[in-house]
Amino acid sequence: MARGRRQPTRRNAELVLLLFAMGLVAAYAAAVEANMLDRVTPDFWVPTAIIGSFFIALHILVRFRAPYADPVLVPAVALLNGLGVAFLRRLDLADADPAQRADFPVFAGVGGRQLAWTLAALVAAAALLVFVKDHRSVSRYAYTLMVTGIVLVILPAALPRQYSEVNGAKLWILVGGFSIQPGEFAKLALLSFFAYYLVRKREVLSLASRRVLGIDFPRGRDLGPVLVVWLISLVVLVFEKDLGTSLLYFGMFVMTLYVATERVSWLIIGLLLFFGGAGLAYSLGASVGGPFTSFYERVGTWLDPFGDPYGKGYQLSQSLLGLGTGGMFGTGPGAGQPTQVPEVHNDFIFAGMGEEIGLFGLTALLVVYLLIIERGLRAGLAVRDSFGKLLAGGLAFTLGLQVFVIVGGVSKLIPLTGQTTPFLSAGGSSLIANWLLIAMLLRISDAARRPATGASPLTRTTPTAAAAAPLQLRELPTEVVQ
Amino acid sequence: MPELVLTVARFGFLVLLWIFVFTVVGVIRRDLFAGSRASRLVAAPRGIGGAAGTRPAKVKRGRAAHQLLVTAGALAGTRITLGEAMITIGRAEDSTLVITDDYASARHARLVPRGGQWFVEDLGSTNGTYLDRAKVTGPTPVPLGVPIRIGRTSVELRP
Repeated sequence: MARGRRQPTRRNAELVLLLFAMGLVAAYAAAVEANMLDRVTPDFWVPTAIIGSFFIALHILVRFRAPYADPVLVPAVALLNGLGVAFLRRLDLADADPAQRADFPVFAGVGGRQLAWTLAALVAAAALLVFVKDHRSVSRYAYTLMVTGIVLVILPAALPRQYSEVNGAKLWILVGGFSIQPGEFAKLALLSFFAYYLVRKREVLSLASRRVLGIDFPRGRDLGPVLVVWLISLVVLVFEKDLGTSLLYFGMFVMTLYVATERVSWLIIGLLLFFGGAGLAYSLGASVGGPFTSFYERVGTWLDPFGDPYGKGYQLSQSLLGLGTGGMFGTGPGAGQPTQVPEVHNDFIFAGMGEEIGLFGLTALLVVYLLIIERGLRAGLAVRDSFGKLLAGGLAFTLGLQVFVIVGGVSKLIPLTGQTTPFLSAGGSSLIANWLLIAMLLRISDAARRPATGASPLTRTTPTAAAAAPLQLRELPTEVVQ
Repeated sequence: MPELVLTVARFGFLVLLWIFVFTVVGVIRRDLFAGSRASRLVAAPRGIGGAAGTRPAKVKRGRAAHQLLVTAGALAGTRITLGEAMITIGRAEDSTLVITDDYASARHARLVPRGGQWFVEDLGSTNGTYLDRAKVTGPTPVPLGVPIRIGRTSVELRP
């Protein structure tokens, strides 16, 4: 009866896009083999088919558990994730003996491990979609999440060096061969708490203020929480030696604060505090040294990577040379020398891919990120409750900030920091955390786009009004009288 | 592998990548019209804007509300003539309808006209606002003669 007039779920569009994305990944894998093996093996599609079947399983789950979720999120993320796995496999092939490249096992090497991590991440995302039926229920655990988040942030800084330091950054927990990056999960926990806290406090933060130079500034005592987060982010900067994570936490908080209060003054205060803190750390590194030295050195490398191209500037200069070799169109998948770039599996994956797919390819990947972020913000705009708005806006912004920090670092726009590239870099923590982020956005976008339930059949006679109007409009029996 | 195939693979992949991007943009574009319930990112009074365009056609002439009548509570019998201005209800002195009721909040609820239809909206009151027996959780259109309950007070729209 009213079936034809239902709000479209757009799940079929999602399936088509997903199949397209998997086709792209398969095309990439074929091109890699054509360049590296000089022939395309008959089973080049196997890794793609395996990862594709994971994504299609997630798609089927979304059909049942979040039928109105945004149709773009899953395919776009699947493309990035799939290309990441394919590129890591390509790096494995480069490391393998040329004679054995043709029958390199699917689950071997870094690429194979990433394939397994993808499965784990999708299971985590599916679990979130199954167990969190309404994103508002997350706010009930806000304080638990805050404590968890702070513990996860502080833990690597507090642990002794041999359990927490990799490549000079104390961001890890190393247990029995496994390395976990707790900061990736901390950002989700802290963000949920920020959203909850600011929903409750935003009135006092946005109403009580003094006007200076045409901009409303908050009262001194309301600055408390933002100063606390600023201090935490500085602790991260100094003791974990990681500018990126520190920028991420602080940016996340300032952004949710801005979204909650609509006050530009928060952005100004945030930027001033951050640049002031970074500048202070830099000058302290120059004069005092101690824990500030590594930050000082990183800035020095950033300013002049070719000053010491075989020493401190090695990573960055190799990355820039790789990007330069790629040029506009790249050397073609599998035809470059990405293994020349150090840490190409993790931090520098964007530079490694850039050499082979060129500026055109990288721009396309950045646009895909942009579209994911746009869909997240859109979910925030459309969802009805304030907590959901803040959470979706914050999650999308965090993803964007992380991409900015690492891509900016690799391309020498900002000082390089050890962030992972979401969905591309090798690493289970990052992959699982970012898929959880996407699952949360799917949940919120489902709530945002779901037509209100409980519509009586008679009010369906005006489908456009019914679709556009909020919940209450259609629940009222008196609507029928008209 | 012939050079030609490799070149086709190299550029073909990039072209496919961009086709994917534009396909996604196409899906998003179609989507804009399907779910155009966009409001501001900050939680603002929702629903009113989206509903405004569709309401006038549905309100019949001559049945528009012209008065607000208090039907129960301390102020029973009070009438307020409705204009184009918003009506605020609460214990606060500057409310349009000041009710002295222990169960009412200082700024309890408001009535807003949009396109000939009045909407009631709860302003985050402690004990809630009820339209007939349904709790008001967002801007809700108020039909004529249906009581809005705030604490011990009831008000109705009258023609």
